[in-house]
Amino acid sequence: MKNITINPITRLEGHGKIEIFLNDNGQVEKAYLQPTEFRGFEKFCEGRPAEEMPRITTRICGVCPTAHHMASVKALDMLFDVEPTETAKKLRELMYSTFMFEDHILHFFFLGGPDFIVGPKAPKESRNILGVLAKVGVDVGKRVIHIRSECRKILNYIGGKAIHPESVLPGGISRSMTEELRGITETVAVEAVEFAKFTLKTFEDIVLRDKNYVELIKGDAYADRTYYMGMVDNDNKVNFYEGDIRVVSPEGKEVYRFKSKDYLEHIGEHVESWSYSKFPFLKKIGWKGFVDGEKSGVFRVGPLARLNVSEGFTTPLANAEYEKMYRTLGGKPLHNTLAFHWARLIEALYAAEKMLELSRDKGITGKNIRNIPTSVKEEGIGIIEAPRGLLIHHYNADEKGLITGANLIVASQNNAAAINMSVEKAARKFISRDNAGDGQLNMVEMAFRAYDPCYGCATHSLPGKKAVAITVRDSKGEVIKTVVS
Amino acid sequence: MSKPKVAFYWCASCGGCEEAVVDIGEDILKVVEAVDIVFWPVALDFKEDDLEKVDRLAVSFINGAVRSDDQERVVKLLREKSDIVVAFGTCACFGGVAGGLGNLYGGDSMLKRAFIETPSTVNPSGVMPSEKTDTPAGRLTLPPFHETANALRNVIEVDYYLPGCSVPKDLVMYAVSSILAGKLPAKGSYLMPPDIKGNLCDVCERKDTLPKNAELKIHEMKRPHQINIDTEKCFIAQGLLCMGMATNAGCGMERTGRCIRVNMPCRGCFGPTEANPDQGTAMLTALAAMLDTSDNEAVGRLVDSIVDPEGTLYRYTHLSIEGK
Repeated sequence: MKNITINPITRLEGHGKIEIFLNDNGQVEKAYLQPTEFRGFEKFCEGRPAEEMPRITTRICGVCPTAHHMASVKALDMLFDVEPTETAKKLRELMYSTFMFEDHILHFFFLGGPDFIVGPKAPKESRNILGVLAKVGVDVGKRVIHIRSECRKILNYIGGKAIHPESVLPGGISRSMTEELRGITETVAVEAVEFAKFTLKTFEDIVLRDKNYVELIKGDAYADRTYYMGMVDNDNKVNFYEGDIRVVSPEGKEVYRFKSKDYLEHIGEHVESWSYSKFPFLKKIGWKGFVDGEKSGVFRVGPLARLNVSEGFTTPLANAEYEKMYRTLGGKPLHNTLAFHWARLIEALYAAEKMLELSRDKGITGKNIRNIPTSVKEEGIGIIEAPRGLLIHHYNADEKGLITGANLIVASQNNAAAINMSVEKAARKFISRDNAGDGQLNMVEMAFRAYDPCYGCATHSLPGKKAVAITVRDSKGEVIKTVVS
Repeated sequence: MSKPKVAFYWCASCGGCEEAVVDIGEDILKVVEAVDIVFWPVALDFKEDDLEKVDRLAVSFINGAVRSDDQERVVKLLREKSDIVVAFGTCACFGGVAGGLGNLYGGDSMLKRAFIETPSTVNPSGVMPSEKTDTPAGRLTLPPFHETANALRNVIEVDYYLPGCSVPKDLVMYAVSSILAGKLPAKGSYLMPPDIKGNLCDVCERKDTLPKNAELKIHEMKRPHQINIDTEKCFIAQGLLCMGMATNAGCGMERTGRCIRVNMPCRGCFGPTEANPDQGTAMLTALAAMLDTSDNEAVGRLVDSIVDPEGTLYRYTHLSIEGK
């Protein structure tokens, strides 16, 4: 069997590879997605002053530093036994909503969206942001760049820097907001709401009006019946910043509801020798391997999971879209992996609405932004909904407030088992010895791309990065095809 | 005449330097008009053998610390083909957080912490990631973990340094336009506007309250979460460690530093000044000179009150304490 090398795959954050093994009949036997980076943050955070953790753990990921910044400071609020002031909490949430909006939008136009907007089997040269622009027009492209850059300005203002913000402290935030900036933020938020609506309309026109796409979304190739985990408020509405963690079964029943501090009772991490990522599972059910269904502890997090565990949004426009999604695709929970894309855009709308709500809040320009902690405890746990799902920072500290232990479970890691299952299922459906062209392989990539995985995060990369690659092997282990960059 | 060819490459990094390029916003359209980007793995589908076919590159921007054979091979290839190599961002310049602090611990202890000791890990039989795993379907491999990382100039010759974690967008644009215009400083320098000189305190809006020699009356250093921080007074004068004295100016261009603008002390991400390449020693020397005492014991007690000196004074430059 000859080796064939085709052009590289991209459009995910960080690096990993996919190995596809074929049996003697040329059908897919097994498939694996392996993040090829290594973690190290848990160790070298030891000895660091706890209050510096929001300024250190941001460096896990330059794409979602704001999520690490926020999970970290929530852990510090608990560690230093201090609540943020009302204004500080609002400013943190405003920074966070702005970040969630622009991160979700980035994924749709640059990473995941091209598969739909340009087409899953379109020539690979055009399956990217440039292809998207060719389809939707340069003016739309300029709007994307513009709204993103306006949001980054707000993040620069509140966080000091959009890439690696520096402004949170236990009990608060380091700078208050001027009335002038509040006004600017409100203007940007109005535009963000309009842009999110426009993006959803684009998704509807291009994807939902196309019968083939809807069949693809609803089909078996991209469905896994798993548990779902996400954060909700007291009324079971989606909340990115705080609340209880809710877990629903594949049938949609609430099976667990717990506080952040109790996460160890519910989440365990399984280890496989072939991966630098661990595989979280529901501890009370146990690790039963890479299988779905009620008897397996595999769960999913992220946009679709958050919508599946909740009963809607607190903001009107996003809530209407929420209802429309379940009405259109039928039933709840939705197990269709490609519905992550739709859920992500609905969340972008929610984040924009939340941004607008907070920018119009009279309390946002308050001057009381810090509560000074007076003691330090032994443990702090902070959980936040990152763009890609539940993110956990857990610290232990000594009496001086120096870190003695750190445990980090990040969003893409929570999805690691499910991503492997989704990739294998899509490979079985689309790949065989005689059927492994670029279009088919991209259909496999679409299975992981829906999760918007970030392997820099998933492995808290101590670097040693490898290129993204897909390898297809026959039953004798011979490489029949590799896709490398 | 054909447009100058440009390459971007990432070694061991967090992806923030890629975002810094995207963050130049609408200016990216101008850049694309002026140059030919022939290699950028994160965004474009060109690969290593395409790069081998390129005759000559005007400039390569390389970010991240160097940690694998693959990275070493590609950066050497880029060096060979490029008129100018720019170390882009703090990790490429000095090692950065992960490259530097990671070297405080051995690879084995990091693996053990992650896969055995962490409280959520359920691993009774002690399985560890392995370079080779044989499954019934076939063999799976993982790249080995390298013990240490390197700053770029320890692997290849670097012409210019563009520091920052992250690199500010104005500086990205300045670097691109000065290269295009051929207006370049001496090789080996920071690639920055010539009017940005010295350390961060020189451009700080709080510099009037920076304690002068023998003027600082404190006995111990405080930590940012412990006090209400004055929004106008120098951090050092408030007893907070701020790395400005030992840190290269420029993160806020000709203005006050970015962290200082949000009322947080500098942690030194812009690296050492050209005058004093050892950032930690430079900081302690400056601090000692400010104290109103020449009593060595009093100075020693103050230095001892800095918690985690290694991770604070050398947060970004631990990998290359001799500086750039």
